[in-house]
Amino acid sequence: MKRLGNIAAQTAMAAILAFALLPWLWMLLSSLRPDADLTANPVRLMPTGLTLANHIELLRRTSFAENLRDSLIVATGAVTLGLALALPAAYAFSRYRFPGRGALRITFLVVNMFPVVLLILPLFLLMRRLGLIDTYFALIGGHATFTLPFAIWLLTSYVDSIPASLDEAAAIDGATLPQIVIHVILPLALPGVVAVATYLFIASWNEYLFALMLGGRDVRTVTVALQLFIGENAIQWGLLMAAGSLVALPATMLFLLAQRRLAGGLTGGAVKG
Amino acid sequence: MREAATPYALLGPALAATALLVLFPAAQTVWTSFHQLILFRPKSQPFVGLDNYVWALGDPVFWQSLTRSLLWVVASVGLQFTLGFITALLLHRRFAWRGIARALVVVPWALPSVIIGLIWTWMLDFNLGLINTLGVRLGLLDAPVAFMSQPGTALAAVILAVVWQGFPFFAVTLLAGLQGIPAELYEAASIDGAGPLSRFVHVTLPGLAGVIATALLLRMIWVANSLDLILVMTGGGPGTATQTLPLHAFLTAWSGGDFGHGSALAVLLSLLLLGVVVAYVARSKPA
Repeated sequence: MKRLGNIAAQTAMAAILAFALLPWLWMLLSSLRPDADLTANPVRLMPTGLTLANHIELLRRTSFAENLRDSLIVATGAVTLGLALALPAAYAFSRYRFPGRGALRITFLVVNMFPVVLLILPLFLLMRRLGLIDTYFALIGGHATFTLPFAIWLLTSYVDSIPASLDEAAAIDGATLPQIVIHVILPLALPGVVAVATYLFIASWNEYLFALMLGGRDVRTVTVALQLFIGENAIQWGLLMAAGSLVALPATMLFLLAQRRLAGGLTGGAVKG
Repeated sequence: MREAATPYALLGPALAATALLVLFPAAQTVWTSFHQLILFRPKSQPFVGLDNYVWALGDPVFWQSLTRSLLWVVASVGLQFTLGFITALLLHRRFAWRGIARALVVVPWALPSVIIGLIWTWMLDFNLGLINTLGVRLGLLDAPVAFMSQPGTALAAVILAVVWQGFPFFAVTLLAGLQGIPAELYEAASIDGAGPLSRFVHVTLPGLAGVIATALLLRMIWVANSLDLILVMTGGGPGTATQTLPLHAFLTAWSGGDFGHGSALAVLLSLLLLGVVVAYVARSKPA
């Protein structure tokens, strides 16, 4: 009876895993097939051959290499700016008790729930007035700020786990506050900081609406470019699948590496409380 | 004196960025919602009082979008939660390939909405899609279905895509919750003669209640706000068959160039979500 239950459970798990992975694998496989394979009717399930022709054509003949570069710059910038803003804020929330602390923490939580559509139109007008439309700065600022609440929340719990006596010891030795944060907190909280950085990178890399509204021409990230390809080359599935698999790979890899810490931080508060 | 100012100085940059790029735009949307603002005539912005709201509430499209949003949130979050919960319960058991399964099941969650839309549009394509091919070959479908061009199936398709994207979130959070329930509770329940079902109802569910409530709230807000997946897959169509409230607001403002009306819709959406959050906080406080 027990063995039968185990077999049933593993079969169910295998089915769920297939549901999770098959669409992703089908995209990957489609990107590696010759074009004739993709448009064959009736559809061929097994490929007649594997080729990188779609990827090569994508990088040679379209602007996709530049789009990848833009995405990389924006995401790296968002990670840098996001950490620079979130780490001092998390340190303040973790180490100090000051008037307004509770209200500010709630402000950051509430901000997290604002619909993007509430912000995107005035942000567009603001950036246009500042002459920042279609610049890296607009996208980096938008992405870093929008992910700030979650970054602060996660980092606060990581800083909380570092004993305050270490800060005090460093202060007695004459370290200034920036020195304490950089030389004491940062190394000890490094696993958490890496997890948050990964989250910031993926969030920025994957983001579409800000990138569409605040960028689009001079600065065009991969998500926006991909969506435009869908509009332009509705029939060129090979190129689309190659673009899709190139965009999906970094996010998937980073996520697989960091997921344990992210999930732990995400649920930590809820599980304890 | 310097000590007291330190936390504010540390928070300063984060607060300034949030004020400039979140709070100020939000306030401006509220302001715009009381004015007439057409994108192509930005110079004239007459105050129109509640006209934009009267227009929104009097427009049948608003109520259709609201109903569709409710259906979208309830159906997709309900299915994500159910599938995610089952996955978490399965992953909580011991079996040889559990570590791999646990790691790989999160893959859909890591992908951008644009790719998810692309993958499912490709899977569901009328001529070349895997689902139509397999469906017909296995005898599940009589003929290929044009999923994306019929109202009912288009809505089902975007819900399928968002369920695929979101169930790993529930699987991962609920699994963490399950692992936080002390094993002694199960042992004690067994000694008291509780069977598997009784243990699930009396130990697992109460132990998970907090995690479930938080995960449901976070995901509901995310799904209610999200418009990129639908925008990418259907653009709200065919007709307005997949147009939810945020998409209605976005299209009114952006494609229609009517920022006044769009802002009123965005504010209405925010008020509805705020109501949900307040109800959640009020309910969870006494417990």
